[in-house]
Amino acid sequence: MNTEILLSISGLHKAFGGLIAVNQMQFDVHQGEILGLLGPNGSGKTTVMNLISGALQANDGKVVISGKDITNLPAHKISHSGIARTFQLVRVLPDLDCVENIEAGLAYRTKPLWGDAAHGAALELLDRIGLAKQAHTPAGDLTYIDQKRLELGRALALQPKLLLLDEWLAGLNPSELQDGIALVRKLKIEGLTIIMVEHVMDAIRSLCDRCVVMNAGAKIADGTPDEVLSDPEVVRAYLGDSHA
Amino acid sequence: MSILKPDFIKPVGLGALIFAALAFLPSLVDSYYMSLAISVVSFAVLATAWSMFSGPTRYISLATVVFFGIGAYTVAVLGEVLPFPLVLVCAGLAGTMIALLVGFSTLRLAGVYFVIFTFGLTELVRQVVSWYEVNVTREMGRYVFLDITQNDIYWQLLALFAVLLLTGFILGRSRLGFALRIIGEDETVAKHCGIDVTRVKVALFVLSALFMTLTGAIMAPRWTYIDPVIAFNPMLSFQVVIMALLGGPRRLLGPLLGVIPLTLLFEVLTASFPNHFSILLGCVFMVIVYLLPGGVVGLYEKYRAPKKRVLATDQNAKTGGSTA
Repeated sequence: MNTEILLSISGLHKAFGGLIAVNQMQFDVHQGEILGLLGPNGSGKTTVMNLISGALQANDGKVVISGKDITNLPAHKISHSGIARTFQLVRVLPDLDCVENIEAGLAYRTKPLWGDAAHGAALELLDRIGLAKQAHTPAGDLTYIDQKRLELGRALALQPKLLLLDEWLAGLNPSELQDGIALVRKLKIEGLTIIMVEHVMDAIRSLCDRCVVMNAGAKIADGTPDEVLSDPEVVRAYLGDSHA
Repeated sequence: MSILKPDFIKPVGLGALIFAALAFLPSLVDSYYMSLAISVVSFAVLATAWSMFSGPTRYISLATVVFFGIGAYTVAVLGEVLPFPLVLVCAGLAGTMIALLVGFSTLRLAGVYFVIFTFGLTELVRQVVSWYEVNVTREMGRYVFLDITQNDIYWQLLALFAVLLLTGFILGRSRLGFALRIIGEDETVAKHCGIDVTRVKVALFVLSALFMTLTGAIMAPRWTYIDPVIAFNPMLSFQVVIMALLGGPRRLLGPLLGVIPLTLLFEVLTASFPNHFSILLGCVFMVIVYLLPGGVVGLYEKYRAPKKRVLATDQNAKTGGSTA
């Protein structure tokens, strides 16, 4: 595997009042890998995603992508530095149709597309994520899985170097889940680097090259999925002392 | 590039013809109807300019009269010093400056806070102007004696409205206009798509304020006497909101559908029930909000919705997707 570091996080710290949500987090993401970010509910995974993507401002620490310090830049600048994301609760633009939802991702990126070029590129991308037939359906009328696909399409439209998937596979039924896993695997083969927050174990085992496990805001394990899932510290975090 | 396409030339050409025809109105009707026409066109500019920002972003601004009043006051102060076109330029600059200031300081507010702030701003500006007039110039109220006829005012407003509609039309097909729609749908998504939302909102707020300021400046010679209470009357802001909401603020021509009936209604109300105007205005507001939440345009679209979706799909496929 290519070992070049794409994203590097060090000493990342975020407190909400007295609650320390992220405590001295530190990890690297290598070019082309899928990193799973795991941990029990409330352990600070989504906060880390929000800090990387600029939705929240960190109190301390550094986020560096391709050697460029992007700590606490506004979200639109972070998006221009090559990071795209999906949201834990799916967010499409409900009154706009699918083509326009994708165009939203195309029109304001570093190399923007507009007009006929954007329309063509949007249709191509919709085809790639399996939504070609719904091109002119308002996004609000789509089914849940299709909204998730569309949201992923919008993120891909930004041509990111790094994609953040926040529980993108949650809430899917078993066959949808297989489709979803296949779609993410395709992205990896195309060379995209991905950080995914996920609870679905099947997806983690089959997709992730490496996992970082968090508990109470801090990193407790870092390694291959098999390593971290058998780590006594991780088992204790999920299941309590008696199982460790 | 898109300027030479038929889907651009056709509506713009049609609009130009209609405006050319409307320019002959003064030779057809007497001065009472001209004064009514001036009301309609001035409200049309205000409501359309208001909707240009508030329609897509859904930020309800009650600051319309702030900019209208700044325009009117600029004319009252500079009208006899400078030639009128230059006065309009000064008014435009003053409105733009204030809008930039207000925009950068308030557009981080959302929802009801923004509404209250813009309402408070009216009062603030009126008090500041009053304070200045009382303590510095020592003269409350100013006279506007300019050699500008009713017909001149009508033509200027008509030209301003034409420019506004053209601006709105181009905006609706531009990346800036699309960015504003995305912000209206979901501001967080807009940010993560790479849109600098503060800049987009301020840009549109300023553009909308510029047209409001110019309307105030053009209308000023109609009154011979101006004081802060007349120029910064908050009622105007509410009237504009009601008109835009009745028509439908999310379509370029939507507000016009609210302006025409309501200007006529206000005309009747002020003539027949001058003492009950405010309470009747309130009733009209409630009826519109409860019965017509999407405005006349929304009603129209609702009743032809099932067919429209299919048609819209075909049309989008042909014209390239983005609609105004």
